[in-house]
Amino acid sequence: MSTEDKANEVSAEAQDQEPITPPADPGQTGPGQGAGGPITLFFILGLVASLVLGWVIFPQLLYSHKEQPIQFNHVLHNELVDDSCESCHFFREDGTYSGAPKLAQCIDCHEEVQGESEEEAKFVNQYVLKDREVPWLVYSRQPACVFFSHVAHVKMGDMECVTCHGDVGESESLKPYEANRISGYSRNIWGKNIAGIKFNSWDRMKMDDCSECHVRNNVNQGSVQTLRGGCFVCHK
Amino acid sequence: MPTGRLTGLSLTHYSSIPAFQQGQSPNLYGDDSMKIDRRSFLSFVIGGAAGTALTPLPWKLTDDLAIWSQNWPWTPVPEKGETTYVKSTCTLCPGGCGISVRLVGDRVVKIEGLKGHPVNDGGVCILGLSGPQLLYGPNRVQSPKKKVNGKWHTISWDSALAEIVEKLGDLRSKGQTHSLACISGSDRGTVAELLNRFLTVYGSPNFIRTPSIQDNYELALYLTQGVRALPGFNIQDSDFILSFGSGLIEGWESPVYMFRGKSALREKGGRMGQIEPRLSKTAAKSDRWIAVKPGTEGALALGLASVIIKEGLFNRDFVENRAAGFAEYKKLVSDGFSIDAVSKMTGLDGPVIVALAKDFAGARKPLAICGRGAGTSPGSLQDFLAVHALNALVGNINRAGGIVAVPEPDYIDWPEGEMDAAASGGMQQPRIDGAGSGKYKSTRYLLNRLPEVVNSAQDSPVQVLLVAGANPLYAMADTEAVAKAFEKIPLVVSFSSYMDETCAAADLILPNHVFLERYEDVPFARGFPQPIIGLVQPVVEPLYNTRHTGDVIIQLAQKMGGTVAAAFAWDSYDACLEETLADKWDTLLEDGYWIDAEFSETAQTQEFETDSSKFEFSSSDINALPVYHAVRVPGDESFYPLLLVPYDTMRLASGYIGSPPFLVKALENTILKGNDVLVEVNPATAKNLGLSDRKYATLTTPRGSAKVKIYFFDGIMPGVIAIPRGLGHTAYDKFLAGKGANYNALSETVEDAATGLDAAWGVRAKLTKA
Repeated sequence: MSTEDKANEVSAEAQDQEPITPPADPGQTGPGQGAGGPITLFFILGLVASLVLGWVIFPQLLYSHKEQPIQFNHVLHNELVDDSCESCHFFREDGTYSGAPKLAQCIDCHEEVQGESEEEAKFVNQYVLKDREVPWLVYSRQPACVFFSHVAHVKMGDMECVTCHGDVGESESLKPYEANRISGYSRNIWGKNIAGIKFNSWDRMKMDDCSECHVRNNVNQGSVQTLRGGCFVCHK
Repeated sequence: MPTGRLTGLSLTHYSSIPAFQQGQSPNLYGDDSMKIDRRSFLSFVIGGAAGTALTPLPWKLTDDLAIWSQNWPWTPVPEKGETTYVKSTCTLCPGGCGISVRLVGDRVVKIEGLKGHPVNDGGVCILGLSGPQLLYGPNRVQSPKKKVNGKWHTISWDSALAEIVEKLGDLRSKGQTHSLACISGSDRGTVAELLNRFLTVYGSPNFIRTPSIQDNYELALYLTQGVRALPGFNIQDSDFILSFGSGLIEGWESPVYMFRGKSALREKGGRMGQIEPRLSKTAAKSDRWIAVKPGTEGALALGLASVIIKEGLFNRDFVENRAAGFAEYKKLVSDGFSIDAVSKMTGLDGPVIVALAKDFAGARKPLAICGRGAGTSPGSLQDFLAVHALNALVGNINRAGGIVAVPEPDYIDWPEGEMDAAASGGMQQPRIDGAGSGKYKSTRYLLNRLPEVVNSAQDSPVQVLLVAGANPLYAMADTEAVAKAFEKIPLVVSFSSYMDETCAAADLILPNHVFLERYEDVPFARGFPQPIIGLVQPVVEPLYNTRHTGDVIIQLAQKMGGTVAAAFAWDSYDACLEETLADKWDTLLEDGYWIDAEFSETAQTQEFETDSSKFEFSSSDINALPVYHAVRVPGDESFYPLLLVPYDTMRLASGYIGSPPFLVKALENTILKGNDVLVEVNPATAKNLGLSDRKYATLTTPRGSAKVKIYFFDGIMPGVIAIPRGLGHTAYDKFLAGKGANYNALSETVEDAATGLDAAWGVRAKLTKA
């Protein structure tokens, strides 16, 4: 606010000086023609321009857009499997989480083209037949410095997938993957909202979002190493 | 779209400004018609600043930049994927350890010791741990290569094989099949046997194994017990280890098995005595460190025997009932190795010798071991016989806590290959290295004699040389002479996976898969007291255009045609291996190893396989050997007043495999500082020579010189200096090449009169201020 006050001061000063300046062209009239007019105008111009830059242009510049290699339909697949998300995104015997399915799993059904879908044909021809893994872009990939255990949350903590990942299971297509051009992270970590405002638990996946839940449920807030402060809980 | 509207609005405002309309720069300093003065501009900037503060831009940028600074591209990021383990066997030394290789996805991330494995039970050494660096490191030979005018060219496997086949066919038509020779790191196991078989049916007797203490131990067991066997050491069940310079915790025999054995021995209250002129790690961990004059260890063993016999401390039951030739042996040691004589030879006081003899003979299960350091150099047969006789005196042979003769593996039982006239003719030729006949009739291989034979001939008697699992150009003494011999050989073929010194001097490289990419059998674990076979299993698909040496030999044979091809009827090496291991194959796949459950030391206690069926302290063969005298040190004492000896450390690989970066990084700065090797010098010696600690000096031997740094070490005998084995590589990558000096390049061989093997333990040297 002090900036604004100062700006007002300046424009007031400018208005004071107005009488000294003789009118250059009698044809020009109106408030914009005084020295105070342009100053206010330019302030507003600057303000609006920067607001537009910060809220509209910057987010577009900051993130790159990339389409997934295959448009996958979660709804369609979800109807066909018995064990919902875990049918494909399963836990291994040692408790580790498998993440995005590997080709070997998909081949169980898609050794040949099953239906009419172009995307499926593309998947079979470009990946299955060539024995290439699909380079899925993982929206929720945390950086290398974060230790996250799915089994601790889903199995031991009885959390639902939706709590962090949202309604991915109800999507019929995959939205473009957006990566932060500076940090390289997926946009889902900061969240879609550039101001970092979240409405749902799955809107953002920053450190504070993890700790918010840990504090609320009073779990794992201190690490074995420090006994206080939870740094080493996630940053091993 | 709000965006379009807002942008449109601001554009409208700009375009209403005359200066913008006319395409001129606005005059900011009081041109009234423009209406944009300094104040307006400032106002715009302030408005902009105010606006920016009301957007997420500064906060978001700050956060992103902070995160960016945590994501440097050189920070290693762990692989993601499924963790799996593959059981395999380490081949980086002859230790035969079982390993469990951890993979994440398709990437090898760690090598661990295999729990429950009889040799290492979960333990692993630093070289074994560094295995992934040998797989993914930059020093791999990635495809077959041919040297043309000193430059390497990548060639196809077909043309590489065709080239060898043409040359071999040519020699065969000229009746010179015996001019093919092969240097192999091992003479057991399917790959070595395939190589040997190829040479046999082709018509060459010149299969040569690289030397080590195994040569002398085999001979000692053969001469005294009549068996072709490997020595096994039951360290953990012994209660007194008397080591004649053996680096029990410095890579001697199977390193991890020896670590475990030594720990078990200590936990049970067992004792250790180390006879060595230098305070090695093993000496430091021992109860007694006896520093004898270097090279007189064998004399001390004979001296101890004379005390034990004189005092009647020997095992009467064994000596009277199970041994022969004791009277002659007794006469030999009593006459030539009295306390006074031995005291003079070794530099030890008489009472020290007597006390040591009583200590040894007084233990319940005393075990004497031999072979200096890690055992890479064969040494003198007389030393081994003298030490082995000590074990016989106390009756600690073929029983728990003693030395066990482990029979050679017999699972390779291929039908003999048919030999045509050319092959028979070639096989009747004497061996190029002179082993197995004349003076050296009991010796199997004499690689150390090869350079001289080649260098002294007008035309090289070796026309084609195959080198597999060995790096003779680095590991053999007198490197310069070896290099000269290699230059004289028209076609040198290396099967190495790495660009080592031998590859650099070769004409063709046919790179083998590394051990994490192939199947192979490991037919023994050195020093382990039971017959054991380990299986090497592929953990990843071969990364490069390499080929299994076993397959290459089979393919070469098949291309040669005739009887040579007929002896190699296998489709592939893997098929050959599976067929050979037959009923052991499934156990090997499942457990990673196969151990002879029926073999026990007690089964071995019955009779010896000598003519007398007894342990022979002396026999006509033993008596025919030259009498004991300490091995001479090469070099003239007046020019070279010091004795340079090599030492071994677990943190350096000194055999066929060069040290991976992890080892070099782990080296103490008393061994290597920057690119300089430190030479251990007793401060008293250094003072006489005017040398200062950690300062440069020139180390000169009759064979060469090297720039070194001085390291004052109280643990080394005055007049003796030491450098480690495993440094001074000229080949390999930037992580290893050019670091320190190679002991082998400074040393020379001393032929053992009894065996022809290299008996040298040191070389004369001088140190001068640099």
